[in-house]
Amino acid sequence: MTTVSAPLDVAAVRGDFPILERRVNGHPLVYLDSAATSQKPAQVLGAMDAYYRRHNANVHRGVHTLAEEATHLFEEARGKVARFVGASERATVFTKNVSEAVNLVAYAWGLRNLRQGDEILVTEMEHHSNLVPWQLVAGMTGAKVRAVPVTGDYLLDLDALDGLLGERTRIVAVSAMSNVLGTVNPVAEIAERAHAAGALVLADAAQAVPHAGVRLDTLGVDFLGFTGHKALGPMGVGVLAAREELLESMEPFLGGGEMIRDVDIDRFTWNTIPWRFEAGTPNVAEAVGLGAAVDYLQGLGMDRVRAHEVDVTGYALKRLGEIDGLRIYGPSEVEHRGGMVSFTLGDIHPHDVAQVLDADGIAVRAGHHCAKPLLRRLGVQATTRASFYLYSTTEEVDALVAGLEKVRRFFA
Amino acid sequence: MPLDDLYQEIILDHYKKPRHPGRLEDAQVEVHHYNPVCGDELTVGLRLDGDQVAAVAVEGKGCSISQAAASVMTEQVTGRPLGEALDQAEAFRRLMHGEGEPDEELLGDGIAFKGVARYPVRVKCALLGWMAFKDAATRAVTDEEGRA
Repeated sequence: MTTVSAPLDVAAVRGDFPILERRVNGHPLVYLDSAATSQKPAQVLGAMDAYYRRHNANVHRGVHTLAEEATHLFEEARGKVARFVGASERATVFTKNVSEAVNLVAYAWGLRNLRQGDEILVTEMEHHSNLVPWQLVAGMTGAKVRAVPVTGDYLLDLDALDGLLGERTRIVAVSAMSNVLGTVNPVAEIAERAHAAGALVLADAAQAVPHAGVRLDTLGVDFLGFTGHKALGPMGVGVLAAREELLESMEPFLGGGEMIRDVDIDRFTWNTIPWRFEAGTPNVAEAVGLGAAVDYLQGLGMDRVRAHEVDVTGYALKRLGEIDGLRIYGPSEVEHRGGMVSFTLGDIHPHDVAQVLDADGIAVRAGHHCAKPLLRRLGVQATTRASFYLYSTTEEVDALVAGLEKVRRFFA
Repeated sequence: MPLDDLYQEIILDHYKKPRHPGRLEDAQVEVHHYNPVCGDELTVGLRLDGDQVAAVAVEGKGCSISQAAASVMTEQVTGRPLGEALDQAEAFRRLMHGEGEPDEELLGDGIAFKGVARYPVRVKCALLGWMAFKDAATRAVTDEEGRA
């Protein structure tokens, strides 16, 4: 039996986010930059505050009460995150961000397994964080980085994928949701084809976990990276979720405290997973905050979060489409995209657009969005991006549209 | 800060109607400068006549601040002794970094950019044209010395 869940109570949700009460340049804040970083609910701030006020101690080290409590809270957060992304707790590693998660795989798996002439397959719509780590290990191993092209409809060219997947392809690193185009990529299908060709698959789910609740198990990928701060959590904590036996087979990435079993002057033995990959004191409060963020999202239901974003994004596509000279970069079907719209407005530079909008308290992103190969492919220097989340409203889209009309008058 | 303080009328005027636009046909040197933050790009062509700036032109694309500042630069330096043009460049740099009192005589229309100093991200945009000019001037002088 399927149940139709009630729509999100956005007014109640907004009440949980203290920053949304702010005024900017004399106007109520209209925060349309959640794809860069989300705002944080009081529940997350409260969990972190409580951690430092009542439980702070180093983890996995002491026998005293606070150390036990801190360790328990840290590992409890890992459990929440693991269940959220469909991975085992043992194969859920806390990192600093997605960049570190990808670097971990590139170094710990890539350096050991890539040989001269092997191929790493990425896509033209990757964020730099899922490109540069591969370029680094390619340079060290003699492997090559190739890319799946983007079609004129802003989708991945899946016909080209089959031609690119060959016996030298060792890993496919693909974004589950583009941070520029909003395109939702068919990662499960890509993973099936890649596995058939004998390659592993890493999903960059920086956008797709917070906005669509994608999971390692249902996508069928080997590695999945996401970051806390785009998912209502704090900055400084990210996650690498992996297939357990694969992570088990990997040697350490960073060395230091925590990741060892025994150390002598000239040798060490390493710890079991996941701690093998967590060198040094971790960001405990941040992990606890991310656990609270996961609780918050699951309390609302990711299906309702996604449904709300589809509504707001659909409305934004319609309203923005009515503006003369405005060009949208991304799929026109709202079902194929996440909660963001990238656009250009005539010849007006995105930094000028963002500056004029800011004067009315409207926060958008302007620039290359850390995806320069994609922007080159699109033939633009920069775009303006408005991105939404569970607290975004159609009234905020209206404010954006009014702001853009003002921009046009200003530079006419 | 009101928007008009940043985007003064003079700035918008230079942005919409840049002075000395395009490529300089008989350029002595041509330099290409790029601002990775905004993606602003400028190609500055320069010709010296002895120690005078005989001609300068800018072909560019980018944000209003970068394009307008480059346009003001062309207007300021054309026909001036090179030493004075470099003093103008320094006066503009000081304006952007809020150092000392603005020298309005040296700055000319450049004074309109005073408000930009309060937006650190945009300071690089405003300085791009002047940086390109200084680079072009250095190369032109080095070339002439090489020939002498």
